[in-house]
Amino acid sequence: MSMTESTYRIQGGTGEWEVVIGLEVHAQITTNAKLFSGASTEFGAEPNTQVSLVDAAMPGMLPVLNKECVRQAVRTGLAIDAQINKYSRFDRKNYFYADLPQGYQISQLYHPIVGEGKIEISLDEKDPDAHGKTIGVERIHIEQDAGKLMHDQHPTMSYVDLNRCGVALMEIVSMPDMASPKEAAAYVRKLRSILRYVGSCDGNMEQGSMRADVNVSVRKPGDELGTRTETKNVNSLRYIQQVIEYEAQRQVDVIESGDEIVQETRLFDPDKNETRSMRSKEDAHDYRYFPDPDLLPLELEDDFIFDCKASLPELPDEKRARYKNVLGLSAYNAAVLTAEHETAIWFEELLETTDEPEKIASSAANWLTSELFGALNKMGLSIEKSPVSPQQAAELLGLIADGTISGKIAKQVFEIMLETGDGAAKIVEEKGLKQESDTGAIEKVIADVMAANKDKVAQYRGGKDKLFGFFVGQTMKAMQGKANPQVVNELLKKTLGPAG
Amino acid sequence: MAEIFEMGIADIRSGVASGDFTAKEVAETFIARVSAAKSLNAVLVETPDHALAAAEATDKAKAAGETLGKMAGVPIGMKDLFCTEGVATTAGSLILEGFTPQYESTVSSNLFKAGAGMLGKLNMDQFAMGSSNETSAFGNVISPWRRNDGGNTDLAPGGSSGGSAAVVSGRICPAATGTDTGGSIRQPAAFVGITGFKPTYGRCSRWGTIAFASSLDQAGPMAHDVRDCAIMLEAMAGFDPKDSTSLELPVPEWEAGLKSDLAGKRIGIPKEYRVDNMPSEIDALWQQGIEWLKDAGAKIVDVSLPHTKYALPAYYIIAPAEASSNLARYDGVRYGMRDLPDGAGLQDMYAATREAGFGPEVKRRIMIGTYVLSAGYYDAYYTQAQKVRTLISQNFDKTWESCDLLLTPTAPSAAFGLGEKSDDPLAMYLNDVFTVPSSLAGLPAISVPAGLDGQGLPLGLQIIGKALDEQSVFNAGLALEERAGFVAKPEQWW
Repeated sequence: MSMTESTYRIQGGTGEWEVVIGLEVHAQITTNAKLFSGASTEFGAEPNTQVSLVDAAMPGMLPVLNKECVRQAVRTGLAIDAQINKYSRFDRKNYFYADLPQGYQISQLYHPIVGEGKIEISLDEKDPDAHGKTIGVERIHIEQDAGKLMHDQHPTMSYVDLNRCGVALMEIVSMPDMASPKEAAAYVRKLRSILRYVGSCDGNMEQGSMRADVNVSVRKPGDELGTRTETKNVNSLRYIQQVIEYEAQRQVDVIESGDEIVQETRLFDPDKNETRSMRSKEDAHDYRYFPDPDLLPLELEDDFIFDCKASLPELPDEKRARYKNVLGLSAYNAAVLTAEHETAIWFEELLETTDEPEKIASSAANWLTSELFGALNKMGLSIEKSPVSPQQAAELLGLIADGTISGKIAKQVFEIMLETGDGAAKIVEEKGLKQESDTGAIEKVIADVMAANKDKVAQYRGGKDKLFGFFVGQTMKAMQGKANPQVVNELLKKTLGPAG
Repeated sequence: MAEIFEMGIADIRSGVASGDFTAKEVAETFIARVSAAKSLNAVLVETPDHALAAAEATDKAKAAGETLGKMAGVPIGMKDLFCTEGVATTAGSLILEGFTPQYESTVSSNLFKAGAGMLGKLNMDQFAMGSSNETSAFGNVISPWRRNDGGNTDLAPGGSSGGSAAVVSGRICPAATGTDTGGSIRQPAAFVGITGFKPTYGRCSRWGTIAFASSLDQAGPMAHDVRDCAIMLEAMAGFDPKDSTSLELPVPEWEAGLKSDLAGKRIGIPKEYRVDNMPSEIDALWQQGIEWLKDAGAKIVDVSLPHTKYALPAYYIIAPAEASSNLARYDGVRYGMRDLPDGAGLQDMYAATREAGFGPEVKRRIMIGTYVLSAGYYDAYYTQAQKVRTLISQNFDKTWESCDLLLTPTAPSAAFGLGEKSDDPLAMYLNDVFTVPSSLAGLPAISVPAGLDGQGLPLGLQIIGKALDEQSVFNAGLALEERAGFVAKPEQWW
């Protein structure tokens, strides 16, 4: 697999620079309860209504590990082909801040639950296999989220909302394997897709369930790694790419002006599209990590890991290969239909209506990616909210396949389905949209058309073969578009005879 | 019949059960004792209503012919480290002044379910950090004991469960809860001539107990004698899903299993517990203890725990390290004290609150703990201390190949005068030299009053057992208790 065409370079005054990118993605684990307390994790609740005594760090409160979070982290690790560490441990990261009532975050520094794994990314949806790259994942560990500070509620005070405090996160740390903003975006997109397939994170970046710390450095091609900066809490694909573009250019400018890059933590300002220094390594916190004495080391049984593995769905890469190789879809359709788990589920429900899915798979895939996606896009709906069910779509496609309606009429039927929610057969029946394939009826109309256009018949027979389309149009029009176009063609050719 | 106030748990319980007196009479007796003992400064909050309500419930249950709980009719004192619902809880620190928990610790809740009532919250060394009760922000407890020199020097009741020690020895409460991190039940029990028991780590839930050092903290009973401790521990202990380090095991019937015949038991005498400058009286008492256990049928063997001398330094790294993190939550934001100077920002508020709220010993330990966990020092201190802790556990494991229990003195001295050691933290830390190793290893241990020194002050002997073998520890304690015949009590001067 290669990707030479996408090689990304910064043009500096001293020549070309390449960019090295690593991402630490924080993904909120999909569970009803927080990592160490029974409090709810529902998004959008009134501030400070989802806070237990543990989350508020009341005296004498103790953490109890939520097993579902462990299960989801292990399943995620298995989904990226990672080593699962049977022994892991929780450590305290100590620092004082208003969003952290305990004065420490419970995380896993020394012994993370998931070790090295990998994610295949593609840089071209149309032909993913020809433009792929493997991005290494260094580790995944489990940790608590902090609360949220609100600085805009009062002129002189900041408010704190502890609803998010203690919510379970997976920190997924990549290797510095990405070399362009596009690769970073492809990595996050693919990671998000895997997490959603696995069901371990909803991947909702707007609601903060997924955000990334972006590590960027630059170097002359072939040189050692340069000094990196880390831009914290970037919460959209677009921003991630902007951060990389900005940081790479800034670093090149700094180095070329004779200065050095300082290893530091930076913040992204989307309004100004720039990153700003937050703190340098010298004023970095000393987090005084040590094993949390309130929690025993986490030891996983083989059976548990086996059950996690058995519970995984077919993952996007496997699914894409199957769509291509077994169902015979185009590489593009296979990629598009597998990128989102919900799309694949919808597609497969449609295929389930037949015993021979490979027969309808390609036409169904084409219809999905053009007609359905187009309609949903217009309505601003996701596929789970589609007003037309996979079973209804199967019915519609069946009517096209058996010649009951033409592709053109099908578009009309589909629009009515979207509006009314009625079934395709019912609509065809009620609106009389059934395609006319009866040769007698069509021949009669053709005769009428020819009789009404004797001059054109003569011209056609005289050699003006372009008029054939005119006769097709007139015949279809007379039959309100319901004539089977193939039959019309054949009969017209026979009746008109050769042109010229 | 003895006076009610002189009775312990077993006697009160049987008196109530047999109708010799009502639980209410018992509660009223001790409520009066508490209220008359203010000069000892042992009780921070008196809770007569709680004790009376529990007593009335017991009397009602008895009248209805219901089965009574293990602690039915027994009012107890509660160390102020246990969070008690609706009752101010401070851990002896100003930083928690004004804090009233909305929840009940598992240990206190278990005791109340067993029929106990609460007479009050007991003074203690601040955040359980101390061996004399002098680090309490609310003034030190004064021991009910006095030297027999005719003087009236105020003595330390030991610590950190000093309030508990004082009320039980002064017959102000028939029993009290304690907590033991490095000796905080056993050393004060020895100082005041009562029995104190620290169970295996994990027997008692830590949920709702204000944390000092999580990997060491363990609740236990402080009472008149071995039997009372066994009864009370049965009520306190038990698996708690809210504490991840709680042991998921049934609670044995220790009281029913009490037996002072030690035939077949081997008692180890660890040579490393012979420390320099230990008073000869303590050494003599230890020898006497050996004879008593022989008399009870045990075999005595000499054993070695070679890493004992490293236990105290390791403890004074691990415990402060955990404390420095556990005490980070006291920041002035959600409960307790808040010191917000004019124009102060968040960090200023933290600093001002913690400066004003924590006492010097607590600050000292937070600073030690912060230091030993810092980048560049972690491996040299914390990692090394954890290795020592492992070695100490392995020493005990090895010892159990040749013996079943260990006999040692509880503390290297009798009670000292208040103020005599408070300027010298290292001398104070040495008080824990015999109790800390078993804390680091999480083992059960008991202190039994065994005699008086030349100044008429109590001395204790300690039995250390294998993990989960509380029964053997109780039994050996009982054998000592029967032979020591310790009946000395402080004369009431307060």
